[in-house]
Amino acid sequence: MGGVFHAAILFLVAAGLQLVFGVQKIFNLACGSFYALGAYTGVSAVGYFTSHGGPPALFMVPLVVAGLAVGLVGVVVERGLLRFVYDRDETFQLLLTFALVLMLEDLIRMTWGAAPTSTGGLYLGYGQARLLGATVPVYNLIVIAASLAIALGMGWLLTRTAFGRIIRAAADNREMAEALGVDMRWVYVRVFTLGTMLGTLGGALVIPATAAMSEMGIELIVEAFAVVVIGGLGSMRGAFVGALVVGILRSLAISIYPELEMLLIYLIVIAVLLWRPRGLFGTASA
Amino acid sequence: MRTPVGLAVIGVTVLALPLVAAPYYVTLMLPFMAYGVVLLGFNLLFGYTGLVSFGHALFIGVGAYTGAVLTTKFGVRHMELILLAAALAAAVVAAPVGALCVRYVKIYFGMLTLAFGMVFYTFLLKFYRLTGGDEGMRMLRPHLLGHEWTGFSKTAYLIGPYYYFSLAVLALATLVMWRIVGSPFGLCLKTIRDNPLKAESLGVSVPRHRWYAFMISAVYAAVGGALLATPTGNVDPTLAYWTHSGNIVFMVLLGGFSSFFGPILGAFAFIFLQDTVMSVFPYWRLIFGAVLALIVIVAPGGLMGLFTRRPPVEAARP
Repeated sequence: MGGVFHAAILFLVAAGLQLVFGVQKIFNLACGSFYALGAYTGVSAVGYFTSHGGPPALFMVPLVVAGLAVGLVGVVVERGLLRFVYDRDETFQLLLTFALVLMLEDLIRMTWGAAPTSTGGLYLGYGQARLLGATVPVYNLIVIAASLAIALGMGWLLTRTAFGRIIRAAADNREMAEALGVDMRWVYVRVFTLGTMLGTLGGALVIPATAAMSEMGIELIVEAFAVVVIGGLGSMRGAFVGALVVGILRSLAISIYPELEMLLIYLIVIAVLLWRPRGLFGTASA
Repeated sequence: MRTPVGLAVIGVTVLALPLVAAPYYVTLMLPFMAYGVVLLGFNLLFGYTGLVSFGHALFIGVGAYTGAVLTTKFGVRHMELILLAAALAAAVVAAPVGALCVRYVKIYFGMLTLAFGMVFYTFLLKFYRLTGGDEGMRMLRPHLLGHEWTGFSKTAYLIGPYYYFSLAVLALATLVMWRIVGSPFGLCLKTIRDNPLKAESLGVSVPRHRWYAFMISAVYAAVGGALLATPTGNVDPTLAYWTHSGNIVFMVLLGGFSSFFGPILGAFAFIFLQDTVMSVFPYWRLIFGAVLALIVIVAPGGLMGLFTRRPPVEAARP
């Protein structure tokens, strides 16, 4: 079950990555940094909430609000940086997001310091549940349910709403969508902000379970990277399945042969890239 | 820089540097020269062949660990042998890895190299008995040209014989690379970068040339990695981490990938800028991130691009 919890978080970050890649064709290395940003903001928000007399049982409220609110930095990043490089070579786009990784890492260190911070004992505040013979913190179940709900919500958004149709049209053929009257700038801002929010929310939700560390972003991005490669770049279903594969394999490997943990995942990534570069559900061609 | 006079001035300056500059700045030149070698090779792949590796730190790691393993476990202390072994090890690793990677281009090539880099990183991190895990391994002071240099203190050794040794390696690496990019082989690579279809139809085997370029750049990275290990005296897995690969790409871009000497300038600017920024402000990544963003957006030609008057649009397509 630990694996599924991890998968739920991974899915959120990877979904943000997929959304941005699908529409803007930018592989956003900074999505891990957004995740770290969400985590730190979550810790601060929960700390503020409880120190001002908020009931500990409601700690998820400030957590989620903070996670979503800090996602609005996506607007700044998109308007301030990314919009200059849409017509550039993808190397430059990749490097720009790498620049973001560097900046955000130190911004986080400047704001919150280098020492890990955590929310303290709130993790088990909702008690534990017995499930399939294992003891699982109820908080984990809530996060898994929330992640599932978000997955369904994303599916609904993409396939059933007008905005979803625009997103898919833009992902398919940007020029055609523009020619048909879609204001692409506005779509890009919204898509990127949504992608950022998924990442920051993922970071905020993970935080009661682990401490926030300044390296958490650059560590998570390689996992999210594995998820999207296994699932297929640009595919939501791919993010979902990929996150489950990576999350569960990781927890299995840890319990069976710890040395293999991440090694196994990268080997799978390489295998997928070699035999099926589109990934399990991808549509992008190699 | 383009004139022989400029090269001569730079040559005399670096030769005389240990005699005039403070030892601290001389020791800063050592990582610069090591990265100079790495970047020369990297740019054969990036600037000349048009492939961006996001896992190049793998080969720096291979070179550095070769040095550490040879000096601590096998008692091999001759730097010439270490460099040779590092180059050999890199070629052995790069042959299969490169053969697989060059089947793809653009973002897929980048992702594949990133994944291979992370495989090596986790291997270094997790197999404690072989690699020392996250503590890494010691790199003992190597002998140069058969001499032990026992009378020298650590600093005297580094700013004296080791400085000139590194310089010689960098000069040799530059000379060899200059010959490579000017050869028919180098021209083939440029053709492949600009128009792979045309190259193929002219009878140039595109995957084979990409593979050769990959191996050459891996060998350069390993030689640079081995050079890098001596001044630090210690090697650890972060050498192979993906952010290190990112820094490599950063350095090349900083200097300018579309010119031969750009990467060397980039390594120089990166090392000394990092030192300057860190001495006044602990959060150097913030500044560097901003610098990188600025380069990507306004000056894709890098520092060299500022000197040569080339339209930035053209330079923006590697």
